[in-house]
Amino acid sequence: MIRLDRVTKVFDTPSGPITAVDDVSLEIERGQICVLLGPSGCGKTTTMKMINRLVQPTSGEIWVDGRDTSKVDPVELRRSIGYVIQQIGLFPNKTIGDNICVVPDLLGWDRRKSRQRAAELLEMVAMDPAVFMNRYPNELSGGQQQRVGVIRALAADPPVMLMDEPFGAIDPINREAIQDEFLRMQAALKKTIIFVSHDLDEAVKMADRIAIFRAGRLEQFATPDRLLANPSSPFVESFLGTDRALKRLRILRVRDVMQTDAVLLSVEDSLAQGRELMAASGLPAMVVVDAQGRPRGIVSESAVANGGGSVREHCVAVNAAVAIEDDLRAAVSTMFAHNLSVVPCVDGDGTVRGVLTFQAISRHLAIPEART
Amino acid sequence: MTSGAQQASRAVVGGAPLLAVWLWKRRGVAIPLAVIAIAAWLLSPRIFEEILIYQEDIIYLTRQHLELVAWAGGLAILTGIPAGVVLSRAVFRRVSELILQTFNLGATIPTLAVMALSMVVLGIGTVPAVFGLWLATLLPIVRNTYTGLKGIPAHLLEAARGMGMTPGQILWRVELPNALFAIIAGIRTALTICVGSAPLAFLIGAGGLGELIFTGIALNDLPMMLAGAIPTALLAVATDFFVSKLQFYLVPRGINPLRQAG
Repeated sequence: MIRLDRVTKVFDTPSGPITAVDDVSLEIERGQICVLLGPSGCGKTTTMKMINRLVQPTSGEIWVDGRDTSKVDPVELRRSIGYVIQQIGLFPNKTIGDNICVVPDLLGWDRRKSRQRAAELLEMVAMDPAVFMNRYPNELSGGQQQRVGVIRALAADPPVMLMDEPFGAIDPINREAIQDEFLRMQAALKKTIIFVSHDLDEAVKMADRIAIFRAGRLEQFATPDRLLANPSSPFVESFLGTDRALKRLRILRVRDVMQTDAVLLSVEDSLAQGRELMAASGLPAMVVVDAQGRPRGIVSESAVANGGGSVREHCVAVNAAVAIEDDLRAAVSTMFAHNLSVVPCVDGDGTVRGVLTFQAISRHLAIPEART
Repeated sequence: MTSGAQQASRAVVGGAPLLAVWLWKRRGVAIPLAVIAIAAWLLSPRIFEEILIYQEDIIYLTRQHLELVAWAGGLAILTGIPAGVVLSRAVFRRVSELILQTFNLGATIPTLAVMALSMVVLGIGTVPAVFGLWLATLLPIVRNTYTGLKGIPAHLLEAARGMGMTPGQILWRVELPNALFAIIAGIRTALTICVGSAPLAFLIGAGGLGELIFTGIALNDLPMMLAGAIPTALLAVATDFFVSKLQFYLVPRGINPLRQAG
């Protein structure tokens, strides 16, 4: 969908030429979010701006949607690519409706059709069109302005979007909300997105692919999980930070890490049976389920150590289950909060589909070199 | 009273509270004017009757005065805004400040001297007067247009370019609308200066209310002088009032500091 082929940009400055982007090649598949990540001055923004020709490449080719961009009129090219900047850049002289319709108006769409589209987009980000269509940007909160900035880029339904630190100027709480909202929209819209960021957490959360830049060069281009698990150079490793194993918690899903073959205890089992099964499993505790397969509680090793009766009498009811679609970060948080080393993983119906243990998590997070 | 006059008087009465509020906002100008009027009245209680002797002259000369202002102001707007736009373009980046400084220097020359010089070159009559007034009026318009356009945040221009606007579309849809408040502010200053300087046009044979003022001074005839001075002052105030209304209604709410809600 987007292909950069040996792209280089050299700026001529009074103090001599500066190579901002050095021989970068990348390919982004349709429907994916690619985050360009790196410290400031690393060439990530310049790389992005070359895609819609706000910056002309010194050499190399850029293809968007099967077209060589150097052969397309830059104005026409830009109208076909959504563009969001950090400062949002809503036009203060225009109403929200007119701001959203900037590109449709440039393309000469029918006014009724474009305003209808603007209303739909506002609804998509939970802003009431009746309230907001005729407001001006300075009458909106920062978060609302940012949402309008994003849907403005979507107005003419471009297949490709360029986003230059679009959520950089928002407070952390709102940023999380807007990121989640954007990911929900993206799941339905399937745009191909180039997203510039200097925030690793944001990149890990948003990206299908991350491209790490350093001094104009592409250091590594990989999925977030691969990047965190296998940084290709000491620079990337130090950029990712010492807690990169923990950052992977965000990307990994409970479904991928849980043990699906773990033996579950039934409330009807006798304590002796439980003792036996637990010894065989090697787990410090076991999940107890009812006849429908729903989690009923947990029995610990010490609870079954001696005595008789049924599992039911010794099981501790725990209302902590993690959804198999959750990320590991949420799951680990739940486990810490309830002081559990074993937690049941449930699907949408509440049926236990597996068991998550700290042991399994740490085995999964261990970086390959350290794996034995 | 004719029905037309009745309507006019009703309009005046209807506009009176509005005018009163506005005068209060501009008490810095309104109070001195009132003081002068009271002083004149104290000096000679029958002064207003004496002034009204010149009623016909006042009407005729006011129209002439307004024509001069309309020509000079109109030409200044038509030339000043494009000049400001041109100077604000990136191509002129290096020279624009220099040119504006030259303009500034030009503006320090007293309008009277400009009139005299323009008479030397263009002779006497309306044309040299309009030329002189145009020159005196131009600077605030050019300066404000330039400053207004230069003050537009770079990210707005980047957003406009990145969404596929041509340079012409950026100028008309983004730059000029966002600079409009400053541009109209310049026009407001310029026209007020123009109305106030127009009496000088009489000195180079273009008529206007200056005729009553200067003749009044020459003849030491206070009522005659006031018959020119008071309408000139009122015209200046009315012009300012009119353009401020224009500014209020023409500039979109989103960028109009006069219309910010709450």
